[in-house]
Amino acid sequence: MVRLALLALLSIGLMWTDHRHNHLQDFRSAVALLVYPVQAGVNLPVQAGAWLLEQLRSHQTLVEDNRRLRDKQLRMSALMLRFEALEQENARLRELFETSSRLRDPLMIAEIMAVDLDPFRQQLLINRGRVHGAYPGQPLINAQGVVGQVLESHALHSSVLLISDPSHALPVLVNRTGLRTLAVGTGNPQLLELRYIPPAEDLEPGDIVSTSGLGGRFPADYPVAEIIRVERIPGEPFARVEARPLARLDRSREVLLLAPVNGTPAPKSEDLFQEPADNTAEEVTP
Amino acid sequence: MSGSRAWIWVIPLTFIVALALTVAPLPDWAAPWRPEWLAMTLIYWSMALPRRFGVGVGWGLGLLMDVSTGALLGQHALGFALIAYLSIRLHQRVRVFPLWQQALTVGGLLALHLLVVLWISGMTGRAPGTWLYWAPLVSSMILWPWVFVLLRDVRRRWCLALS
Repeated sequence: MVRLALLALLSIGLMWTDHRHNHLQDFRSAVALLVYPVQAGVNLPVQAGAWLLEQLRSHQTLVEDNRRLRDKQLRMSALMLRFEALEQENARLRELFETSSRLRDPLMIAEIMAVDLDPFRQQLLINRGRVHGAYPGQPLINAQGVVGQVLESHALHSSVLLISDPSHALPVLVNRTGLRTLAVGTGNPQLLELRYIPPAEDLEPGDIVSTSGLGGRFPADYPVAEIIRVERIPGEPFARVEARPLARLDRSREVLLLAPVNGTPAPKSEDLFQEPADNTAEEVTP
Repeated sequence: MSGSRAWIWVIPLTFIVALALTVAPLPDWAAPWRPEWLAMTLIYWSMALPRRFGVGVGWGLGLLMDVSTGALLGQHALGFALIAYLSIRLHQRVRVFPLWQQALTVGGLLALHLLVVLWISGMTGRAPGTWLYWAPLVSSMILWPWVFVLLRDVRRRWCLALS
C-alpha cells in the first residue's frame, strides 16, 4: 500500500514534469531505446516482406521500371534546366529586394516503421534518430506534400506528429489568393480544417494551400492540402473550410526530413503545439 | 527439472511478446480494438505469483507502455501499478473463479486502468472523444480465457520452481 502510494506520487510527479517542462527528454529517450528492439522486431517482417517482394520481381518488370524511370528522369532534368535558370533569376531579384530565401532544402530520407502507437492520436515512428541528425520540430514531407514534424527524436528513431493530429496547427496560405490561415488537424488523416477565414473571402473547392513559412518551423511554399468544402454559415464570424492533405498520410512508407536552415539550430521545442497558433492568429484576419 | 531457473527468461519473454503485440501494426478499423496485452500479462503473473511480483514491476512496465504509445510519462505507469496492486490483493479469490468470472474481474481491473489513463488524458487536453476508447475492454475480456490458459501452461512448463 505504501509502495503503491509512493509510486502513484512518483507517477504524478513524472506526468507533471513531462507535461510542463522538457527535462525528461533524456529519460524518455533512454526508455525508448529499451523498447526500440521490440519495435524494430515488429517492423522486421514488414521490411523482410518488402525486400522479398523486391527480390521476386521479374526481370521484365525491372527493365520496364528502369525504362520508365529513365524517361521520367530525362523529363525532370529538362524541367530542372529551366528551374535552375528561374532559381538564379529569383535569387537575383531577391537580391534587388534585399530579402533572402532558399529554394532548395537539403533532404534526408526516412522510412516509416510499421509500428502502431495510440490509435487516437496521429503519430508515427520513423527510423531516423538523433544519430542521423533528426531533431524535435524538424519538418517532414513526402513527394506529394507536407506530412508533419518530428515530435521527439530518440537515439535511433523518432516519433512524428502528423499534420492531421488535433494538436497540430500549421501556418499556411492559399496559393491562388495569398490568404493566410491555419491548417488544424482533425484526427482524421483525410481531413484538415482551415481556421479563422472570414466568410467573404474568395475560396473555392480545389484551391491548393501551401506552407507560409510564418511559424518559422516549416519552410515556405510546400504544398499542404486541397480545399474540398467551403461552408459559409450566416451569423458565424468565420467560414467552415475543410481540406484534404495532399500527402497520403495513411499510405506513404517513405518520408523526407528537411535539414535545418543553413545550420541554424532548431527552434526551441518548448511550446511545440501553441507556437504556430500564437504567431499567426492575429495575422490571419487583415 | 530441466529448467528450474528457466523462469528468469520465460517470464520476461511473455512480457516482451505482449509488448510486441501491443505495437504490432493493425488495420485502421481494428486498431482501437487491440486488447490490452501487456496489462493482461501483468494481471496473470501478479495473480499467479503474487509473492514474486510487486507494484514496482507494474509501474516499470507502465513506463515502457507510456513510451511505446507516446503517452505522458507516468500515465500508464500509474494505471499498471494500480492493476498490479489490486491483482495481488485479489489473487486468492480470483484464482478459484471460473474463467468467465475471471474475465469479468479482469475487465473491472482494465476498466479502472483505462479510466485512470482517460482521466489524465482529459486533464492534459488529449482525450479521445469517442466510445471506441473502451473497445479494448471488450476484446480483452473475450480473449482472457485463452491468455489465461496459455500463460498457465507456460507457468506449469517452466516456472514450477516458483510459488
